[in-house]
Amino acid sequence: MENLQLIIPELFISIMIMFLLIFGVFKKNSSQLVYNLTTISLVAALALIINLDTQIQSSLFSNSYNIDSLARFMKILLILSGIFVMLSSSKYIQISKISKIEYPILILCSILGMMVMISSNDLIVFYMGLELQSLALYVLASFNRDNLLSTESGLKYFVLSALSSGLLLYGCSLIYGFSETTNFNQIMVNTKEIEYGLTFGIVFILVGLAFKISAVPFHMWAPDVYQGSPTSVTVFFALLPKIAALTVFIRFLYIPFYELGDQWQMIIIFLSIASMVFGAVAAIGQKNLKRLIAYSSISHMGYALAGLSTGTTQGVLSSITYITIYLVMNLAFFSCLFMLKRNDEYYENIDDLSGLSKNHPLLSLSLLVVLFSLAGIPPLAGFFAKFYIFVAVINEKMYFLAIVGLLATVIAAFYYLRIIKIIYFDPEKEKFETKHNLGLKFTLVASTFFILAYFIYPSGIVDIISQININ
Amino acid sequence: MNFPILSSLILLPTIGALFIFFVRSSNSQYQSSKYVALFITLANFFLSLYLWIVFDKSIVDFQFVEEREWISGFVNYKVGVDGISILFILLTTFITPICVLTVNATIKNRLKDFLIAILILETFMIGVFCSLDLVVFYLFFEAGLIPMFLIIGIWGGERRVYSAFKLFLYTLLGSVLMLVAIISIYWITGTTDVIKLYELGIDAKYQNLLWLAFFSSFAVKTPMWPVHTWLPDAHVEAPTAGSVLLAAILLKMAGYGFIRFSLGLFPDASLYFVPLVYTLSLIAIIYTSLVALMQEDMKKLIAYSSVAHMGFVTLGIFTMTQQGIEGSIFQMISHGLVSAALFLCVGVVYDRLHTRLINRYGGLVSIMPKYAIVFMVFTLGALGLPGTSGFIGEFLVLMGAFKKNILVATIASLGVILGAAYMLWLYKRIIFGKLINEDVKKMVDLKRFEIVTLWLLVLPIIFFGFYPEPLINSIEVSVANMIDMNDLDKINKLALGD
Repeated sequence: MENLQLIIPELFISIMIMFLLIFGVFKKNSSQLVYNLTTISLVAALALIINLDTQIQSSLFSNSYNIDSLARFMKILLILSGIFVMLSSSKYIQISKISKIEYPILILCSILGMMVMISSNDLIVFYMGLELQSLALYVLASFNRDNLLSTESGLKYFVLSALSSGLLLYGCSLIYGFSETTNFNQIMVNTKEIEYGLTFGIVFILVGLAFKISAVPFHMWAPDVYQGSPTSVTVFFALLPKIAALTVFIRFLYIPFYELGDQWQMIIIFLSIASMVFGAVAAIGQKNLKRLIAYSSISHMGYALAGLSTGTTQGVLSSITYITIYLVMNLAFFSCLFMLKRNDEYYENIDDLSGLSKNHPLLSLSLLVVLFSLAGIPPLAGFFAKFYIFVAVINEKMYFLAIVGLLATVIAAFYYLRIIKIIYFDPEKEKFETKHNLGLKFTLVASTFFILAYFIYPSGIVDIISQININ
Repeated sequence: MNFPILSSLILLPTIGALFIFFVRSSNSQYQSSKYVALFITLANFFLSLYLWIVFDKSIVDFQFVEEREWISGFVNYKVGVDGISILFILLTTFITPICVLTVNATIKNRLKDFLIAILILETFMIGVFCSLDLVVFYLFFEAGLIPMFLIIGIWGGERRVYSAFKLFLYTLLGSVLMLVAIISIYWITGTTDVIKLYELGIDAKYQNLLWLAFFSSFAVKTPMWPVHTWLPDAHVEAPTAGSVLLAAILLKMAGYGFIRFSLGLFPDASLYFVPLVYTLSLIAIIYTSLVALMQEDMKKLIAYSSVAHMGFVTLGIFTMTQQGIEGSIFQMISHGLVSAALFLCVGVVYDRLHTRLINRYGGLVSIMPKYAIVFMVFTLGALGLPGTSGFIGEFLVLMGAFKKNILVATIASLGVILGAAYMLWLYKRIIFGKLINEDVKKMVDLKRFEIVTLWLLVLPIIFFGFYPEPLINSIEVSVANMIDMNDLDKINKLALGD
């Protein structure tokens, strides 16, 4: 119990959830206040995490909960993204009439679940975190309950996600059966010999995780859920669960299953190639921006998995760098999406962007930067993200993966260019509103600036990430 | 030298672009943003001229080298120039202000954005020619696509979207393999620093694949037959300034890349693939010349002639002789000037009649005599008449080729004749003949700023035609060093069995 101060951020968030719930029930019309308090408590949680001693590497609760550099970095990333999501979408939820007290509280619950996932070092703790975040997300996806698409997406996500959780749990039980323990480190010690049951366990767990980060062929839910959910939830979906799921991926592959590399490497490579190629090809025909970004994020997850598939520390670090830059790019993209508003209605079709550059030069410039960056064109941040991945991949002599990945970027470039074409080359339409709240503007400017200026000092993030200790 | 002159050359246009971007614009201030752009590009030109004067032509090493840590422990930002790259920088900084001068007549909308795109593009182009690190090179090489895509897409002609996409996707597809090769080089040798790689050399067993990966990128960019088809489309649809930059500088990146990287890093592989390059170059020279003969559209004709001229360039580079390589470099500079001038000439008549079809013109000599004179000079420059810079380049290339392979040289010489045929025929159809069309009769002769821009190009074309010494002088040592360092001569002799 003497180490309880290490989980102060988690405790703080749990207390805030309970407090806000009671506060919101007893105080009438307090939804905006609760929303703001949630943002503030996220900032406070961020401060608490940063305040923790960086040198600490310790495991709590009989070695089932890890506080290490990986968890620390990922939690900072998680909460930062959470704050920016809250900042940028505050206006949206008011206008879409989903501003209820439950909304920010569910987001906090989900973030708490993700923090537990990130730190988990035990199958049961991991599953607990996963379910906490998923349950909150099911409700969030269908939060706009008068909207048919939103309810459908919530239900779809619930059914499919429950299935994948079931598979995952079955995998966990198989692993437990063959290794006699649920602790990650112990599993590594106890599974020196390969048995079929163990392999099945690994496969089931990987399938469940692949579902969570929407890697092909477990991606079916992503486009519908992305499109159907309110945009403020979509941006949440696009950013935060990916951080948590990727961290769990790293933990599973590099602690309990590290010795069994040849069992999972081919699976990850397959997932990676399939996601990169499918994501790129399927996005070409899309008309809805949210649906398009769903396919785009499938493809991006493929690149992150390519880094993991190398089985080296360098590969993992490149994946972490990739996800960091991916978060910033998506944040910028969704901020632009939040700005496409006219008469209290949000627009999300690609055609609505037509001729945007004539009426809104700055907004289109940001979109231009973001889209070229998503396509991975130098000198923008997206290029460096891919560059690190391919450096790691080629170091392992996995040329096939590298070449397929790079060819997929060329295909992907096509649909990003198509959006740029519509923005810049097509005739203009009616103007959108130009007044936006400060949080949204700040998010957009900060993220665009990051993407644009990344090349000036690329070592900054790499240096921070290279201090992460995987094993 | 403590003053980072190369970095200033790279950064100055970007600073200008930022300045134009942040100054609030009303319509009346479009003019002032033009003057800012002109001032910045001219300042850059004089800076590079100063660089050329200070540059010590007798030293083999790279000069004005700057090195800074960039991606720590992996890639350093490293720039420097030798006798070869300095000429390309000079060409870039010379052509860009001319492009800025043309915008008045050709760019009707969003002038400010156009100037920003041009300035950013200049940054990337200069960066390509002075980067001494493969990753930095790749960065600049690819980044140039963004402004070019926008220039063609926003300000281009009718089929601009198709052309912009074709340009972007073709070049991107070519380049991704080069990225794989660059990263592989890093893992094979432990560095991407070009100077260190020159010293270390790359193991011969890797060279062939790496060479092919680089080739895939450069061949698209050059462009070589059969991946040249993006060029006519891009040229035809681009606005005048875009065509000029594309023909004069962007195409030269690949030629420069062949010399700096293909020959410099993979000498054995270069030798191995000589037959391939010869074949493709000869096909480019003969086939595209014939295609050029058949064109109805002026810009397309000049675009195909560019492919043919670049065929001479690749041929010359892969003769791996002093004359051949010098000739190629000279040809690239000369083609940069001549093709820029030709596109400007097309732009002049296009602005008046709004068509590029050759048969809509005819008899311009009687109403536009000044135009007829400059166009004549450029036509002769393009077909390589002695006394123009085009001659020196082609002559040296053919001389290098004759040294190596008489058959190849003979076929290439046929290309010179074809070149004369399509250029003179173009000239005849536009300038001479009867003045039939009513609207052609209304055309006015060159305006003052057109005279200035065109004569600015006439002067160097004739000057270097008569006195090529300054250029040759600048590249001689570097080329000789390149040949010595990689024992290209020795390899050649072994291959020929001497």
